Amino acid sequence: MNWGVFVSTFLAASIEVIEMVGIVVAVGVTRSWRAARVGAAGGLVVLAVTIIGLGAALQSLSLETLRLVVGALLLAFGSQWYRKGILIVSRDGWATGHGAEGVDDDVPTGFDWTGAFLSFKGVSLEGLEIAVIVVAFGAAADALGSAIVGAGVSLVVIGALGVATYRYVAAIPRRALQLFVGAMLITFGTFWAGEGLRVEWPGGDIALVWLGALYVVAALLLMRIVSGWRPGVAAAKQGSLASSAGAA
Amino acid sequence: MVVWRWTKAVVLFLVDYIIGDDWTVAALIALGLLFTWRLVEAGVAAWWLLPLVVLAANIQSLRRAVRNGG
Repeated sequence: MNWGVFVSTFLAASIEVIEMVGIVVAVGVTRSWRAARVGAAGGLVVLAVTIIGLGAALQSLSLETLRLVVGALLLAFGSQWYRKGILIVSRDGWATGHGAEGVDDDVPTGFDWTGAFLSFKGVSLEGLEIAVIVVAFGAAADALGSAIVGAGVSLVVIGALGVATYRYVAAIPRRALQLFVGAMLITFGTFWAGEGLRVEWPGGDIALVWLGALYVVAALLLMRIVSGWRPGVAAAKQGSLASSAGAA
Repeated sequence: MVVWRWTKAVVLFLVDYIIGDDWTVAALIALGLLFTWRLVEAGVAAWWLLPLVVLAANIQSLRRAVRNGG
């Protein structure tokens, strides 16, 4: 078992599983639990097929090429989570980003196909994101099994916990989690992309530790810097509004 | 026709998922990878470049997002 890959995929998948549970529970509570379960099961089948398909397709690539491609992908989408986390946490605080999704409540008397579709769509879309994370981490670290187990444990544990006690799972501040997982994704992305380009990291594999520390410290500093930018931007906007009103 | 629609939807989803709302970050990271490769090929220690580019790309994106009211 590759524990680094296991923990990384567990945490990254957990963010998506919380979203998944939010959608399924919302459909179950407001429409029909049967439809929510059928839709969720269909979405999980799509997730399994995607992981198997993508995993098999990547087996033929060399590890160096794979690490470069996966590293670049992780850098691109990890940066989104990193930025979003910094922006939102610096604006709304660490506890932001929890709550349930809203859905319609026009439930028919027979089988609720709309509810099942809503649940299926939510689970398969979030599942697609989990599939990308699992295959990326698993293939680049040559530990697809550990990545699948990490995401599987997240699905079972967070999923079951979420359905049983959604109020508590919804209270996990997703934006803060997103910030740290974003930092983790760009850490692995930088390391693997560098490995793919035959960069010699100071300290070898220990580079993962100092890269992670660098990105987390940078995120904490950037939160303060971004908070400092906001009043200046607001003042500049007000100034330009006042001058255009004066000109009129 | 259905297969084509689904394939297109999945490709669009993946592009949106990977690149997101600011393509300049992905473009700067691509440039960073290119320069890192050139430096490695030239025998220069290039480990410092990629983390620097990643941070710079994110900082310029954050600056623009704040200016746009983010």
